Amino acid sequence: MSAPEEPQAPGLLDGRYSPTRPLRASGNLFAFALDVARSLPKRPFQLREFVQQTWFVASVTILPTALVAIPFGAVIALQLGSLTRQLGAQSFTGSASVLAVLREASPIVTALLIAGAGGSAICADLGARKIRDEIDAMEVLGISPIQRLVVPRVLASMLVAVLLNGLVSVVGVVGGYFFNVVLQGGTPGAYLASFSALAQVEDFWSGEIKALVFGLIAGIVASYKGLTAGGGPKGVGDAVNQAVVITFLLLFAVNFVLTAVYFQLVPPKGA
Amino acid sequence: MGVAVQVEGLSKSFGSQNIWSDVTLTLPPGEISVLLGPSGTGKSVFLKSLVGLLKPERGSIVISDTDIVRCGESRLYEVRKLFGVLFQDGALFGSMDLFDNIAFPLREHTRKGESEIRRIVLEKMEMVGLQGAEGKLPGEISGGMRKRAGLARALVLDPEIVLFDEPDSGLDPVRVAYLNQLIVDLNAQIDATFLIVTHDIGTARTVPDNLGLLFRRHLAMFGPREQLLTSQEPVVRQFLNGRREGPIGMSEEKDVAQVEAEMAALEARGGDQHNGVGPKGATGGDAVPPQLPPSPGLPERQAVRRRQERVARMLHTYDPATADAIRATLPADLLTQADAGVFEPTPVAGGRHWAADDEVGEARVLPAPRGRR
Repeated sequence: MSAPEEPQAPGLLDGRYSPTRPLRASGNLFAFALDVARSLPKRPFQLREFVQQTWFVASVTILPTALVAIPFGAVIALQLGSLTRQLGAQSFTGSASVLAVLREASPIVTALLIAGAGGSAICADLGARKIRDEIDAMEVLGISPIQRLVVPRVLASMLVAVLLNGLVSVVGVVGGYFFNVVLQGGTPGAYLASFSALAQVEDFWSGEIKALVFGLIAGIVASYKGLTAGGGPKGVGDAVNQAVVITFLLLFAVNFVLTAVYFQLVPPKGA
Repeated sequence: MGVAVQVEGLSKSFGSQNIWSDVTLTLPPGEISVLLGPSGTGKSVFLKSLVGLLKPERGSIVISDTDIVRCGESRLYEVRKLFGVLFQDGALFGSMDLFDNIAFPLREHTRKGESEIRRIVLEKMEMVGLQGAEGKLPGEISGGMRKRAGLARALVLDPEIVLFDEPDSGLDPVRVAYLNQLIVDLNAQIDATFLIVTHDIGTARTVPDNLGLLFRRHLAMFGPREQLLTSQEPVVRQFLNGRREGPIGMSEEKDVAQVEAEMAALEARGGDQHNGVGPKGATGGDAVPPQLPPSPGLPERQAVRRRQERVARMLHTYDPATADAIRATLPADLLTQADAGVFEPTPVAGGRHWAADDEVGEARVLPAPRGRR
C-alpha cells in the first residue's frame, strides 16, 4: 500500500487559469468532430434514428423560422424601400431585397434557428440521457453513442438546415414583396422584373452551402456539449446554454469566412 | 463459466484528487463478490473503470487476455459485450417501453428474428419477475421495477460478468431480500462472475463468496467472505458492524487518540456483541452467517465447489479464526486433502489480495492482514 505520491488538496489554480485551457477545450471539440466524421461511414447506418431526428429538428424549427423570416424580409424591404427612393433607384428594390435575403438574411436566420431551437433541443435531449446514465449504459452494451446517436443527429440538423434555408428564402422574398408592394406602394411589375438584375443562382447555392455548414457545426457542438454534460440537471442547463452561445459565435465567424470566400470565387453579376 | 477479472495496481485520479491507488484484486470466475466502502471512496468509479468508461492512469484490468485500460476502442467495445451492468437507477432508455429497452441489445448486436427476440425478452422478464409490464415506460414504474428491468437488459446478451451498482439503494428491506435471492438464483443459473457494489451489510454478510473494502484511497482488504467477516481489522469491523466507533469518521478520518478512546468506551459497554443492531443490516459481533442458497428447484451454484477448492488451497495462509470459519464450510474430501498437504500453495490464486508487507509505507491504522506464520 505504498502511496505513490502525497495526495494533494485541490488547488486554487488547478488548471483553471492555465493558458492551455481554451486550447484544450477547442481541441476536444475538434477531436469529437473527427470522431463523428470517422463514424459517418460505419455500418449499420441508423436510418430510423435519422428520420426521427430530422422530423424532430424540423418540428422544433419550422414554425419559428417562418415566423422570424417574415419580419426579417419585411425589415429588409422597408430599409431598401426608403433607401432606393432616396437614391432614386426604385427599380432595383426587388433585386436588392432578393440579394439581401438570399445571400445573408436566410443563412443567418437559419443559423439562429438551427442553433437556438434545433441545437438546444439536441443538447438538452443528449444531456438528459447523459446524466441518467443512459449514455454509459449504451456504451456498456457495446454500442457507440457517436455512431448510434450523434451521427444521425448531425446529419439531420444538416438536412433540416438546408431545407430551412430554402424556406427562409421563399418566405423572406414573399414577405419583402408584400411589404414593398402593399405597404410602401411599390410597383409589382418593377419589383418582379428586377428580380434577376443583381441576384444570380450562385447566391442561392452559396446560401445552401452556408446552411449545410451551419447545420454541421450546430449538430456537432450541441451533441458534444450534451454528451459531456455533468453535475445533474444544472449541468444540462449549463450545457445547453454553452452550446447555443458557442454555436452562435462559431456560426457568425464561419459565415464571415464563407462570404469572403464566396466573393473570391463568384464574381458579382455585371462586374 | 464466467471469466476472471484481474485488476493490478490500478490508480485513478480526477485532476489532482486521487480517488484510489494500487488496487489489486482478482474476481474469481463465476463467484459473487461484494465491494464495500464508505460513501465517496470511489466504488462507482471502480465499477466504471472495470467497463472502460473511465480510464485509470496506472495499472491494468485484464479480462480474457485483454487489458482494457490500454486496448483500442474497437477491442473495448468487443470486451464490453461480455459485461452486463446494472446501473443505480437502471439507466433505462426513457423514450422506449420496457420491452424495447430489454430487446435493445439483441436488436443492435444480433440478427435474431423478431419472434425469437420476443421469446428471449419475455424469458428474461419472467426471470426478474416483470411479466406483463412490457408496455410500460420507465417513467411509469417504481424504482424497484426499474432496477429489475435494468437487470433483465443486462442479462439479455448472456453476459460473462455482471456488475451491480448499489442494487439495494432506494429499495425497502423486503425488496432487497428478494433482489438478493434473485442475484444468487441468477448466479446459479448463468454461472457468470458477479460484482456487487453496496452499502448494505446484510447483503454483504449473506450473498457473496468474496468481500472487499475500499477505504482511504486504497483497497483495505479483499478476500473470501470468512476472512472479512472474522477480521479484527478496525476498519472492517467498524464497517461490518455499522457503528460510529472506529477509524471511519463522518466526513474525514479521525485522529488516533479519538479512535482509541471510542474503542475503549465500546469495550467497556461489552464490545460489538452488546452494541445492538446497526443500520443497513449490520449486526453485532463477527459471526459468519450461512450463505444464501439458490431457491429450491434451481441447480447448485457451480461456483461453490470451485471456490471451496480454491480456498482449501490457501487455507494455510489465513488467520486461525478465518481458517476455522472456512474449514466449517469445506466438504470432508477437501479438508482431508488440505490437511494432508496435497495442495500446492498457490499464492497467485484469485480472490485474496492485498499489498505485500514490504510495500506498506504510510502510517498504518491497518495491521498487516496477512496471517504471519
